[in-house]
Amino acid sequence: MIHKIAQLLKTNKARLLDGWFQKQLASETLRDDLMTNDELRAQSEELVNALTKTIHEENISQPDSSDFDEVFEILADITAQRARQGFSPRETGLFIFSLKETILDLLADLGADDEVMLFQESRKVSHLLDNFAIITFETFIKSREEVILRQTEEISDISTPVIQVWDGILALPIIGTLDSARTQVVMENLLQKIVDTGSSIAILDISGVPAVDSLVAQHLIKTVSATRLMGADCIISGIRPEIAQTIVHLGIDLTNIVTKASLASALRYAFGLQRLTVKRVETDKKAF
Amino acid sequence: MLTTLSKDTMAIMREQDVVPLRNRVKEVAVKIGMGLVNQTKLITAASELVRNMLRYGNGGDVLIEVVSKGREVGVRLTFSDRGPGIPDINLAMQDGYSTGRSLGLGLPGTKRLMNEFSIQSTVGQGTVVSIVKWKNG
Ligand SMILES: Nc1ncnc2c1ncn2[C@@H]1O[C@H](COP(=O)(O)OP(=O)(O)OP(=O)(O)O)[C@@H](O)[C@H]1O
Ligand SMILES: [Mg+2]
Repeated sequence: MIHKIAQLLKTNKARLLDGWFQKQLASETLRDDLMTNDELRAQSEELVNALTKTIHEENISQPDSSDFDEVFEILADITAQRARQGFSPRETGLFIFSLKETILDLLADLGADDEVMLFQESRKVSHLLDNFAIITFETFIKSREEVILRQTEEISDISTPVIQVWDGILALPIIGTLDSARTQVVMENLLQKIVDTGSSIAILDISGVPAVDSLVAQHLIKTVSATRLMGADCIISGIRPEIAQTIVHLGIDLTNIVTKASLASALRYAFGLQRLTVKRVETDKKAF
Repeated sequence: MLTTLSKDTMAIMREQDVVPLRNRVKEVAVKIGMGLVNQTKLITAASELVRNMLRYGNGGDVLIEVVSKGREVGVRLTFSDRGPGIPDINLAMQDGYSTGRSLGLGLPGTKRLMNEFSIQSTVGQGTVVSIVKWKNG
């Protein structure tokens, strides 16, 4: 008969760990492609050690007790690592749920004769382990959110490249929607690159911008003005026919801005400003 | 007589809702076979009105409908907010009028881009703007 479940877990630690580990190995959700079995064993052992060390008959009914801080920490570490490694929420959740199952199995094995007691002790175990599971979920989601946040930053960085296409000529292909935050990044990148490279012409290519409404137009006009203040000329290229018609009806005045249909024609215009000509060389074998 | 063939609503609460709305509008326009120029006009108009709704009306709802009238089929969008309303609609409809130090082209420009445009606003209660773009309009 069992009266002291905490004691039971402590004395049967090896059996618990072994049972849990076997259960995980047998599970369909085992990801031995992401983690070796040795690692899995080490993780499981660390958690079982911390749990059996901490648990006693009082705190088992207090799942939020600070006694479990070490367990929470280990759990959060394991979960965060799994989120990064690409485990699914189900696979991550089952890690802790399979521990709960193992403990309940152990209880049933060792205390099967007293059903009332078994029920009460099972409830305590469930309650405690469910709380562990909640911590797992929270950590998992938080880790994923961090990944998303980092990617968002990366995307806004890589989506506003400033390219030096020729001596003194910069091109900035804009892809996607130009909102206020992005305009700020675009403008800063462009102005900085103008200084760094000593360029005198900037081409803003909007081929990849799905629609130009009054807000986007205003952002473009601002960027052009700022470029001019730096002493450089600014050309807007990649204005598709449907965008041109829409801009006209909307009433946006771009007459003070040099606009070109394609990046190629903008580049040609820029060459003109720099008094450069591009010529096809007659192929003369002796010349090479 | 205008007949509604299908409808769908989207709630607009944040700046992040603008792009999904535009994509949804585009999807509907493509589905009825609207050409690229009209599509672009419609999406741009939607963009203007949804931004006004966010900026001046604290967000709201957009009703997206496929409508028909006689042989014509088109898209109707209705933007409703419960914001402060517009005290002088004639003034707001003028090119260059803006209380937000912007270009002041959203409302008058949208009217020019669309086939049908109506605006109702009650101070203290909110604003409803409804637009229609016909497939071949
Ligand atoms: N949904 C609304 N609720 C309250 N006021 C509005 C609403 N929509 C527009 N307005 C008012 O009408 C004015 C004109 O709107 P309009 O869209 O034409 O210009 P804007 O938004 O100021 O500038 P732009 O659209 O060119 O960036 C706004 O400045 C605002 O005062
Ligand atoms: Mg506006």
